[in-house]
Amino acid sequence: MAVNKRMVYTIVTHSYIVLFAIVMVYPLLWIIASSFKPSSEIFSSPSLIPSQFVWDSYAKGWMGFGQQGFGLFVNNTFILVIPTVIFTLVSSALVAYGFARLDFPLRKFFFALMLSTLMLPGTIVIIPRYLLFKNLNWLNTYLPFYIPALLAGNSFFIFMLVQFLRGIPRELDESAFVDGCNSFLILYKILLPLCKPALFTVALMQFIWLWNDFFNPLIYINSVSKYPLALGLRISIDVGAIVNWNQVLAMAVVAIIPPVILFVFTQKYFVEGIATSGLKG
Amino acid sequence: MSTNGNVIKDKPKKRSWVGLLYISPWLLGFLIFQLYPFFSSLYYSFTNLSMFKAPDFTGIQNYSYMFTRDANFFQALKVTFVYVLFAVPAKIIVSLLVALILSQKIRGINFYRTVYYLPSILGGSVAVAFLWRILFMNDGIINKCLSFFRMSPLQWLGPDLALFTLSLLTVWQFGSSMLLFLAGLKQIPPELYEAAKVDGASSLKIFFRITVPQLTPIIFFNLVMQMINAFQEFTSVFIVTNGTGGPIGATYLYGLMVYRNGFEFFKMGYASAQSWVLFVIIMFFTAFIFKSSPYWIYYEDGGDINGSK
Repeated sequence: MAVNKRMVYTIVTHSYIVLFAIVMVYPLLWIIASSFKPSSEIFSSPSLIPSQFVWDSYAKGWMGFGQQGFGLFVNNTFILVIPTVIFTLVSSALVAYGFARLDFPLRKFFFALMLSTLMLPGTIVIIPRYLLFKNLNWLNTYLPFYIPALLAGNSFFIFMLVQFLRGIPRELDESAFVDGCNSFLILYKILLPLCKPALFTVALMQFIWLWNDFFNPLIYINSVSKYPLALGLRISIDVGAIVNWNQVLAMAVVAIIPPVILFVFTQKYFVEGIATSGLKG
Repeated sequence: MSTNGNVIKDKPKKRSWVGLLYISPWLLGFLIFQLYPFFSSLYYSFTNLSMFKAPDFTGIQNYSYMFTRDANFFQALKVTFVYVLFAVPAKIIVSLLVALILSQKIRGINFYRTVYYLPSILGGSVAVAFLWRILFMNDGIINKCLSFFRMSPLQWLGPDLALFTLSLLTVWQFGSSMLLFLAGLKQIPPELYEAAKVDGASSLKIFFRITVPQLTPIIFFNLVMQMINAFQEFTSVFIVTNGTGGPIGATYLYGLMVYRNGFEFFKMGYASAQSWVLFVIIMFFTAFIFKSSPYWIYYEDGGDINGSK
């Protein structure tokens, strides 16, 4: 009797979880399925299986809907994202090491200041930043992304690495110090290798956020030839009456797939990154 | 945050300055990209700055116009409050319930966690906002599903429901709150549950007397961060409504209004003033949540808000 009750309970919970999972991913499955459907069929049924597969929607969509093709947008995205990720890694690691391991005047004050910027609403600095970049002639370049990353512009990543560094025993630094390592060698030779999982998490998150970012490119980049994917996709959906729906959806899938695949294969790092940075504050 | 407990003894004196060298990139970035813009937007808010000419000082004119004559401003305020008051609690409740279910020992839990988190990966992306727009169109797939179940179609993006539909997009991306709750649930001492079971407490009682109080620090964190983000929502409404905040201003969120004033109408002084009003509103709510926290947050160590590592 008790066993039965338990089984019923398990089955009921399980079906809830499965049902809810289907509702959660249905939109994503739908957009992928629709990119293989004939355009006329896309809105006629909620089914996920095309009556006939259309294979050329990706090839045709890739050519773009205006002057520029998606090859260029994807290429631009990488030119924007890859250096920004690298700069973020280097600067955040240096700053996090300073906060986590070294003692200096006003350390606590600066740390509190750094944390407070996590809560500063971004809206408030947009206009002065825009004018600053305009005066520096950085508009329509990727410098508004590169330079702030080089200067550890995102406190979230510093904080995450500080939390991670705190979990590494100090004895390691101390014995390296006794062996004659200076502070930089301690970071480079001892701590960074141990930080690999956390650094990987930072790189992943930054990559995915930048890949999806729409607002910053929208205000800083104004020529189509420099558009990243997010803006390129926007021009194709802005066309008044979309005719080739499957091609537009195919390009939306192109924008969605890299973050999804990256996440599915590395989700362990995400889970740990979010859990450490959120909880141990 | 006690790190200076075991700082290396007899360190050379200059060592204490080396730390500043390491944090100098952040310090420089903070001064240039945070502090300077922060104060100059306050200054701009008292000017008629536009993209094309040097600013004149106009005193409180921006603010007085905003509060006395700008109907759009009040519309945006109203819409944004409704949005925040609905989307943020809904997201927290959904993520808590899902985390509760996922915290049970069920086979394949990692798989479901991945699936539930997937939409959050795409937060704020153009593709997903566009997807929302076409799913919820009048002849979109959601209405097709409704008619399949013999229900009448709804105007999801009409004046009555558009804000709700936008909120759904936010709630759909509950993944990171869920992960925080999952981590928090793991830290609740099992003895508490065992003791409650021995006392014969019902599962509902256990939930409200043990689980929720133990999770209040995480609820607090989620509440603050989600609220700050929700007040500034931009991409979803921009893409879903084609940059209009329509129909008839039903989704004219504050973030969209600031963007339009600043970058479409080039009234940058005015937009700065509006962003400062938003800042004050957000600070007010944040302070309110912080001040109220001693009354509803349960801390294991007796209430030291900074906690110890």
